[in-house]
Amino acid sequence: MENIILEMRSITKTFPGVKALDAVNLKVRAGEIHALVGENGAGKSTLMKVLSGVYPHGSYDGDILFNDETVGFSGIKDSEEKGIIIIHQELALVPLLSIAENLFLGNENVENGVINWPKTFSRTQDLLAKVGLKESPSTLVGKLGVGKQQLVEIAKALAKDVKLLILDEPTAALQENDSAKLLDLLLELKAQGISSILITHKLNEISRVADSITVIRDGASVSTLDCHAQNISEEDIIRDMVGRDMAHRYPARDSQLGKVLMEVSGWNVWHADALDRQMLHDIEFNVHAGEVVGIAGLMGSGRTELAMSLFGQSYGKNVQGEVRLRGELADLSTVPKAIKSGLAYVTEDRKELGLILEETIQTNTTLANLPRVSSFGVIDENIERQVSEDYRQALNIRTPSVFQKVMNLSGGNQQKVVLSKWLYSQPDVLILDEPTRGIDVGAKFEIYSIINQLADDGKGVVMISSEMPELLGMCDRIYVMNEGRFVGELDKDEASQEKIMSMIVKA
Amino acid sequence: MATTKDTSTAVQAAPSVTSYLKSHMRDYGMLIALVVIMGMFQFLTDGILMRPVNLTNLFLQNSYIIIMAIGMLLVIVAGHIDLSVGSVAGFIGALAAVMAVNYNLPTIIVVPVCLLVGLIIGGIQGYWIAYWKIPAFIVTLAGMLVFRGLTLTLLEGQSIGPFPESFQLLSTGFIPDVFGAGRPNITALVLGVLAASAIVFLAARSRARALKYGIQDEPFAFFIAKNALITIAIIYLSYMLSTYRGLPNVLITMAVLIAIYTFITNSTTIGRRIYALGGNVKAAKLSGINTERLTFLTFANMGMLAALAGLIFAARLNTATPKAGFAFELDVIAAVFIGGASMTGGVGKVIGAVIGAFIMGVMNNGMSILGIGIDWQQVIKGLVLLAAVIFDVYNKQKAR
Repeated sequence: MENIILEMRSITKTFPGVKALDAVNLKVRAGEIHALVGENGAGKSTLMKVLSGVYPHGSYDGDILFNDETVGFSGIKDSEEKGIIIIHQELALVPLLSIAENLFLGNENVENGVINWPKTFSRTQDLLAKVGLKESPSTLVGKLGVGKQQLVEIAKALAKDVKLLILDEPTAALQENDSAKLLDLLLELKAQGISSILITHKLNEISRVADSITVIRDGASVSTLDCHAQNISEEDIIRDMVGRDMAHRYPARDSQLGKVLMEVSGWNVWHADALDRQMLHDIEFNVHAGEVVGIAGLMGSGRTELAMSLFGQSYGKNVQGEVRLRGELADLSTVPKAIKSGLAYVTEDRKELGLILEETIQTNTTLANLPRVSSFGVIDENIERQVSEDYRQALNIRTPSVFQKVMNLSGGNQQKVVLSKWLYSQPDVLILDEPTRGIDVGAKFEIYSIINQLADDGKGVVMISSEMPELLGMCDRIYVMNEGRFVGELDKDEASQEKIMSMIVKA
Repeated sequence: MATTKDTSTAVQAAPSVTSYLKSHMRDYGMLIALVVIMGMFQFLTDGILMRPVNLTNLFLQNSYIIIMAIGMLLVIVAGHIDLSVGSVAGFIGALAAVMAVNYNLPTIIVVPVCLLVGLIIGGIQGYWIAYWKIPAFIVTLAGMLVFRGLTLTLLEGQSIGPFPESFQLLSTGFIPDVFGAGRPNITALVLGVLAASAIVFLAARSRARALKYGIQDEPFAFFIAKNALITIAIIYLSYMLSTYRGLPNVLITMAVLIAIYTFITNSTTIGRRIYALGGNVKAAKLSGINTERLTFLTFANMGMLAALAGLIFAARLNTATPKAGFAFELDVIAAVFIGGASMTGGVGKVIGAVIGAFIMGVMNNGMSILGIGIDWQQVIKGLVLLAAVIFDVYNKQKAR
């Protein structure tokens, strides 16, 4: 008889208009390391949020059994009390507090309302020894590297008497040897009887530490594999991750490639804050007129950093390399210059970076090219209205008038407003960063049609997307990116999800 | 998306006056409040409030607050704050006194030099805020202390005055009656009628345009009533003023500034970009807007308007005192927020800030006539500021 510590039975979670999880099952045995894998947006994080109580009991369907007992958590506090602790990808540490203070934050060693510091420090030393971190308890967390901060997070979990530890892509930001250390620690904890769920994209880690694997795709659990019973190859996992069927449909386009529009070479960029961290390495790529070029890669692979560094050096420091537009060396050192050179960038985060939410559709549409609707600095509102009205109709933005504030629009319509803005700036090359994120299937199809129209008009389109089917359905050519480098280039005919995924995980 | 509200009905159906007013409570709430407050004090003071001499005083007393509120509106819409305006106004007043009284320089030189110095002071503060990203609160708090101190240094702790007559005209002068002397002052009446006609003409033109594009949601009855009230108010006001000494120079300066800055904020690319910058600085930057230069210019402009206010205040007192401008910044900032500007930037109107300043001014004036002590005046003004902002937040939440 197997000893099951956690069983999640047919968990279903719906957001307005989207079924994020559809009858997902997950079974974790006591004292094992269970790997949870799947593409971005497959539903891994949602599942873990259900488990930890971020989405409280009652907001989802299905049962959770923990130690053979049905549980329903109404918040993180509840799940932590039972010993289920989640460590998020973005660490939840306070950089200006010491290690000891962070370890017991919200869980202080209190006697009559006063913190017992000697006890705090001695317990901190014990916990740090357990995770193998040689630092003084009074060191500020902000002074530690990411790898050591991860260890502090784990020590924090141990301070709470953890039974089941959940790690969300813990090694995504780590160097090779830090990752190895962390994985060793997981094995050690396992020997002490602590189970863990490891969310990761790195297949080599899985084969190193995992006892079993659950693959999630499109909000459903696809398969559960036992690493000890079966001989599992990386190809098996990849196939399960990406699936066979093309979930969406894409409008057809006859590609008519013209001359090279944009050519990037020797593009090197360093981190904006940490100057010793190189984020992009020797990127080379080109875009032809009438071509849709895809950039595939996982989150954090540097795709957005690439786009933003090209667009007026909006990201990074010490940007090196050259860009040729229509064969001529282009100066892209500021955003106005980039726009003038014929570049447009549709951001992945339309609310934070793309739109002025309090303003109207009309205002947002003309924002990047105000001089075109004004003379001597005075805006002609009639022309402006006409322009935004034209785009409203051309892109089929569903709204009673262009005087609607964009915060009242749906995600798909907001995205069309962002597109309007950049179309009105008259670019030659458009970089679209996750152009269909968070919008429904119908609006996606409309966005795809707009992209095709742009290519037909002879513009170059660079499409960054985490959804591989979308890239395969839309692009003439796909570059594969991983950890700040281009690790492969695939033509439309040879590209497949398996090929892209294996380029990423084997890089 | 489930969170999306369908507001289409508000635009397509012809709404009644009351429902229109309800949905535009944020726009008209403070104007109504001003009228109510004026009515209340008119009643409580047995009609003293609206007497020609008091009305004239009301404008003279509040002119410098209103002028600074216009600049402050831009600063706050851009998402910043300027605490130094009172000190800068005081400093410029002192500078003008030193130049005009101690050195006997002609007004024609003193005024432009002072405005230029104000522009430079604002520019220096704006430079640190815009290009070094030092919080405006810190930079202008420092400026507030620095210029308070420099005012004392410049005046050597004394008051300097009186100013030459040509300088006093800045504040105490009146537009002469070209149609022959006497009361009522015909020029004042004519200018009042002209201003009212211009406002009605512009309103009718923009309404006609809006109708042409089918985007007008203002009921016709409301349009007529609103413009009739504005016309009556302006003509009544100019009649009242004409029975005293006519239109103060300051009123003309103010009116011109209000018109210019309303135009800038509504119709120019620079105004549009300031709103965009305050609404979402990252999106504005990625749309190719030079957010740093814009922030810099906004503060330089504030410095210049603070200088103008300082000159007018000094001319009105006819001396430059070390205490001049003390705590003005608080009245100015309060006026802008009472007028409906948003703390987080991106929202606010010039005319709103002006109304806000008048609300503060009428309350000051009315309570002084009633003999309410300065202690209770402060309490009441504080509560009014809080109430106005709560009202604004409440309306905003209801609109969502």
